[in-house]
Amino acid sequence: MSDTTHNPPGTVQPVAPGETPTDTTQPRSNKVLAEILNSSVVISILAVVLAMIAGAILIALTDPKVHAAAGYFLARPGDTIAAVWQSATGAYGALFQGAIYNFKRPDFLNGIRPLTETLTFATPLILAGLGVGLAFRVGMFNIGGRGQMLIAAACAGWVGFTLDLPPVVHLLVAVAAGIIGGAFWGGIVGLLKARTGAHEVIITIMLNYVAFYLITFMLSTQGLLQAPGSNVPKSAAMAPNAVLPKLLGDRYNLHAGFLLALIAVVFVWWLFSRSSIGFRFRAVGENPNAARVAGIDVKNTYVYAMLLSGGLIGLAGVSQVLGTVTSGFDNGIDAGIGFDAITVALLGRSRPGGILIAGILFGALKAGGYSMQATQGVNVPIDIVLVLQALIVLFIAAPPLVRAIFFLPKPDGSPRVSRRAAKKEVSA
Amino acid sequence: MSTVTTDQQAQPAADAPIVLETVVVRSWKAPIAFGIFTVIAFLLFIIWHRDGNSTFRLSSDGDLIQLPTVVLPATVTGIVVTILLAGVTALSAYLVTTGKKVPLWLITVFGVLFMVGFLSWAAAGKAIPITGLLLGTVALSVPLIFGALGGVISERVGVVNIAIEGQLLAGAFSSAFVASLTGNAFLGLIAAMIAGMLVSFLLAAFSIKYLVDQVIVGVVLNVLVVGLTSFLYSQVLTKDENLFNNPPKFPRINIPILSEIPLIGPVLFRQTIIIYLMYIAVAVVFFCLFYTRWGLRLRAVGEHPQAADTVGINVNRTRFWNVALAGAIVGLGGAYFTLGSVGAFNKEMTAGAGYIALAAVIFGRWDPLKATLAALLFGFTQNLQFALSAIGSPVPSAFMLMLPYVVTIFAVAGLVGISRGPAAAGKPYVKG
Repeated sequence: MSDTTHNPPGTVQPVAPGETPTDTTQPRSNKVLAEILNSSVVISILAVVLAMIAGAILIALTDPKVHAAAGYFLARPGDTIAAVWQSATGAYGALFQGAIYNFKRPDFLNGIRPLTETLTFATPLILAGLGVGLAFRVGMFNIGGRGQMLIAAACAGWVGFTLDLPPVVHLLVAVAAGIIGGAFWGGIVGLLKARTGAHEVIITIMLNYVAFYLITFMLSTQGLLQAPGSNVPKSAAMAPNAVLPKLLGDRYNLHAGFLLALIAVVFVWWLFSRSSIGFRFRAVGENPNAARVAGIDVKNTYVYAMLLSGGLIGLAGVSQVLGTVTSGFDNGIDAGIGFDAITVALLGRSRPGGILIAGILFGALKAGGYSMQATQGVNVPIDIVLVLQALIVLFIAAPPLVRAIFFLPKPDGSPRVSRRAAKKEVSA
Repeated sequence: MSTVTTDQQAQPAADAPIVLETVVVRSWKAPIAFGIFTVIAFLLFIIWHRDGNSTFRLSSDGDLIQLPTVVLPATVTGIVVTILLAGVTALSAYLVTTGKKVPLWLITVFGVLFMVGFLSWAAAGKAIPITGLLLGTVALSVPLIFGALGGVISERVGVVNIAIEGQLLAGAFSSAFVASLTGNAFLGLIAAMIAGMLVSFLLAAFSIKYLVDQVIVGVVLNVLVVGLTSFLYSQVLTKDENLFNNPPKFPRINIPILSEIPLIGPVLFRQTIIIYLMYIAVAVVFFCLFYTRWGLRLRAVGEHPQAADTVGINVNRTRFWNVALAGAIVGLGGAYFTLGSVGAFNKEMTAGAGYIALAAVIFGRWDPLKATLAALLFGFTQNLQFALSAIGSPVPSAFMLMLPYVVTIFAVAGLVGISRGPAAAGKPYVKG
């Protein structure tokens, strides 16, 4: 990766529907239809559909029942088609029941439980996605989510199980400690990049490992993070005062971390669209040279951006350690969220609203993935979720591909066939 | 920390006598980094010195020519090394004050000295088999080197390759699968190259045809390959491990004469065919990149696609096929995981090697030879902790495991500094 890739990934060339040339030969209804078909919402939905279809093909291809039916395909092709259908619908049915609403449960309160699980999974994804997206928009690639989450979780966790503070204060101190920890770990990157010109990709990758081994060491050393009297590399449980309260009662796992995520979404939106430092962030992200000429201190901007990015990702670690896993944490507390957050930020195009939706979508896939893996008779490995995530981001990033697959008209209003015709004109 | 000014504006027309401003580039980063390491050396080797002799075994029992074992008294070695390190630091500081650059050989000397001091400190009272240490280094470096070579080619032609990890993993998976089914390791090797190429095709198609940001495509492809291979591993490979995941491994080939050179022979010339292919690949890529028409065109496309287009080079076609070539090379590195070292495919078995290879590309400043050296350095530091934990190291193992990454951070921040890649890397080229 070169230093020149300052176009923040996630910003896609805008395809403004308003710029379509007014074509008087077409009836008005056609134009409206074309605008609807080319809106990014439609493209996004189609991208999800495409990814699901590709996933279904993969699931069916590896299903032993389909193999069995395909063995006598020529004799009874209907069996194969039925097996493929059952394979795909079974898997996605389990996904839906694990992510949104489970119809097998007797009443609404039990049936809606999967949706709250989805939001629980989405919480750290949204927070970390905001952090990665913030760095993207300043032109930096923060792959260090894992390290920042681990350090933040350790800081918040240490405050959570050692200090003895009154109810609300304890929680606030623990959350603040986590944010500071994440911001510190991210700030190192910004500082090194600003002062020595070291490439942030290398530094973040290396700091991931450093944080991992540091936390591993501290978790297996008495007096640091290890639970007293234990010889398992795991911390003690959080004090009740430091735990993020459950939002919907003890029946559901959804905790106040989700509120933190919503607040963070609003904060990042405010930061980028209303604050002066956000303006500097965007200016540096668009073109650091122009920003420097305009009098912006580019180096300090990098430091501030990494501090904020690390702080937001730190919040993801906080929500893990004080909300999701409160019985003490080990060195796998980050659960790969630091890397998932990159795809979340890309899918959300680094915009706070987009990241919120992308985080919930990926949370749903994660929650549903576990149910897909566990449901009897389906047993699709959860890894399929990664494939779906990757395909969704790929398709959304390439609208022309989606349009070509679904035979949608091009955004400039000209029908698809005209491309070949135009080529002929040129060669003629 | 550094006062860097360009001296490039100092090239006006030669006929007019122009008084040029002398531009002095003073970078204090190297002396500062040296100083930090010298202080660490002072603390470790002298304050917390460890008594006893450290033994370095230079040859193993089966060798034709036996080298004597080197025995160093740990404390004395530590003191001598620290003094020498202080000397090198002073020399570098002197060079910087007089406006000269700190040469690469001085950095190398410093590194080697520090390593000798550290090894003799850590191994006080024990013996370290140097051959084993270097052998492990080569083994750990192979995928990194292939990955770095692929990364260099791809980025030199103007396509940022974050997908090295995915290409390695795809290579590892398909080589294990094909080699198990056919029982032929060479077919597995070819399958690995094809798999790496397929990942590259996706990278190239999305970034060149659909103009998607190359970093996005790279990251997403990594996720895609991890998901696909893990899914297929759970759904297919584990159903019948013997049939699907039991590839034959390449035998070691001893090269006559060369393999009997003491120290170097066993390390470099008693290896599998993948490693010999690696030597060839490094040499060929280096030569071709800088001394052939293909290399010139490739670099031109990566630096200034518009200029390359003007002289009639098809920019996008050059990019597409060279990215594919890069994928094939990285795929070979993936095959090493299954056909060279481990022997069977496992979920996410590359474990971040692709990202380390990416770091090696940047560390090596987009030069195949320097990137190879960087990859070897990463391999060495990774292997060091294995060697030291085997003899019982004095520091907690977590810190030994952390060491390579800390060293890399110091090296990147202190010695490399601003790394500037090919000018057009990451930017899609739209004609017109």
